[in-house]
Amino acid sequence: MASITFREVEGGSLKYWLLFGGIGLFVLFGFLSYLYMHHHGHVVTGMDNQIVWGLPHVFAVFLIVAASGALNVASIASVFNKPMYKPLAPLSAILALALLAGGLLVLVLDLGRSDRLIVAMTHFNFKSMFTWNVFLYSGFFVLVGIYLWTMLDRNVKAYSKAAGTAAFIWRLTLTTGTGSLFGFLIARQLYGSSMLAPMFIIMSFAYGLAIYLIVLAAAYAWTGRPLGNAVMMRLKTLLAVFVAAVLYFVVVYHLTNLYFAKMGPVEAFILRDGGIFTSLFWVGQILVGNVIPLVILLTGLGKQRSWIMIASALVILGGIVQMYVTIIGAQAYPLDMFPGMTVKSSFYDGVIHSYTPSTPELFLGLGGVAVALLMTTFAVKVLRLLPASLDDTTVAALEH
Amino acid sequence: MSDTKMSDNTPDSPERRRFISTATVAAGVTLVPGVMLVEVAQGRPEDQPASSAVRWGMLIDATKCASGCDDCVSACSTENGWTPVAESKHPTQAPQWIRKLELQDPLTQGQTNLPMLCQHCAEPPCVDVCPTGASFKRDDGIVLVNRHICIGCRYCMMACPYKARSLVHEPLNDTQKPDVPRGIGCVEACTFCVQKVDRGDGTTACAEACAKSGNNAILFGDMNDPESEISKRLRELPTKQVRADLNLNLGVRYHGI
Repeated sequence: MASITFREVEGGSLKYWLLFGGIGLFVLFGFLSYLYMHHHGHVVTGMDNQIVWGLPHVFAVFLIVAASGALNVASIASVFNKPMYKPLAPLSAILALALLAGGLLVLVLDLGRSDRLIVAMTHFNFKSMFTWNVFLYSGFFVLVGIYLWTMLDRNVKAYSKAAGTAAFIWRLTLTTGTGSLFGFLIARQLYGSSMLAPMFIIMSFAYGLAIYLIVLAAAYAWTGRPLGNAVMMRLKTLLAVFVAAVLYFVVVYHLTNLYFAKMGPVEAFILRDGGIFTSLFWVGQILVGNVIPLVILLTGLGKQRSWIMIASALVILGGIVQMYVTIIGAQAYPLDMFPGMTVKSSFYDGVIHSYTPSTPELFLGLGGVAVALLMTTFAVKVLRLLPASLDDTTVAALEH
Repeated sequence: MSDTKMSDNTPDSPERRRFISTATVAAGVTLVPGVMLVEVAQGRPEDQPASSAVRWGMLIDATKCASGCDDCVSACSTENGWTPVAESKHPTQAPQWIRKLELQDPLTQGQTNLPMLCQHCAEPPCVDVCPTGASFKRDDGIVLVNRHICIGCRYCMMACPYKARSLVHEPLNDTQKPDVPRGIGCVEACTFCVQKVDRGDGTTACAEACAKSGNNAILFGDMNDPESEISKRLRELPTKQVRADLNLNLGVRYHGI
């Protein structure tokens, strides 16, 4: 098997520092948004006692889900022994760490008492899925960190497969935990389903790979390194498979719900009568996030790199919309305490709740994305994560 | 011998008196547990934990709950120091520990009124999901939030099937009560007026207000004591639990829903 040369990106150019500064600006905006929200309380957000988890959770959960998905490329290399993916693995691991860090940061900075973070790390209730997630996230950092080490340090290279396998099993557990944050809730009708865990796993495959594709192509284009079609074509086909699988899970989930009379009204809300949520579901999640990317990736368009980038961007956009519908749409529909009765109260019982995200919430969410990108941008400068070349000849040599 | 005789004539020492009184109390605890139970139900010294011998509960008779009356809500707000929603600048974000629900059957047009509050479940979903253990259930069945370790994650609000919990969204004004701790960024809900219960009042602000209005729709008491008023009424009246399908064993039972 031919060997691959990994090299840091030079990172001394004006372009690099402009990119670094631009992303840094969003990190700063995110931090300022946090300070503003923390100082005034959640009263300055669009969240209330009806929509208790808002846009920051949409970004946080999306990033956490995408994080485990971004590790997939590395898993294919080490767990499933595909030599072509080996040179792609280090970037995959660092992206996974960066996305998780960004997502967690948004999650903890949106706490009502973010100053009590230490309490969350010292007081545990092991019946809570949140507590389990605290351990799953920490474990992910440790395992992926070790895995990355085995990839970068020749002395411990022999342990790469073992570390990769452990990280792969852990990432499946982690996304099961993320899906179960919602799956283990009995109160809201759209949650409380074991479907959510596997659905979140397949969504993570798609979102993580879409982000990986864009970061890979951008890194190679901006550093002038060759990136051949062999890699891009293989990854775009994989993305198509993942997106199709997401669509399959979403269809099965809603069809099952539609079959049960008690779920009729809430399904009608999401699929037909929910106004903005219905539009977001059909146009954002299904059309933009699934159908258009599938058409692009599976037709002749998918042979052009710019179209692969567009398809990946649409998968990401559709993914954020999916989280919005999943997290906020489910809260917008009132709790069904008295089935068959109309309910009125001063506490907005029985009415569809509306939610308008505030600017600080948006920037806090974007701040998480920026933290992930900044970490990645910095990491490729200081660590040997990217192969000097991924042209078709180099890649072909790996498989023989 | 003379020594013994001398001691017989000696008046009781203070130590001996203390021993005898302690022994008498201990014998009382052992021999008359029923009497002690009544005492626990009537009040609780601060240095003693809540007892599982008691289960505080509420019977709400929806047939007596008057349309348009919100005396229970006002009384709760006054007792516990939360701003009434009508006076809040941010009504969708204002905490509401108790609210009046107006139900209507679209087919029969039949109307029902009832107060909705924390149901003090025996199997509370909010306690299950709380990552830090801030949501907890006392041995006497009262579900509370420990304000010292609540991190404001709102997972309990996602989990509660009764929409009983609120987040404090903004800095609090000076209407706070010394025995009802509250704070920005923490989640809160009905406490069954735990400060009154522990004082030995044996009732809640909402139940008192409802009785005062003459409606008598709310009855509070110890559901574990077969002789309590609430237990007697619960035996006589058919009652329901809201979302009984969830099997949470609620501390609040409704008649007439």
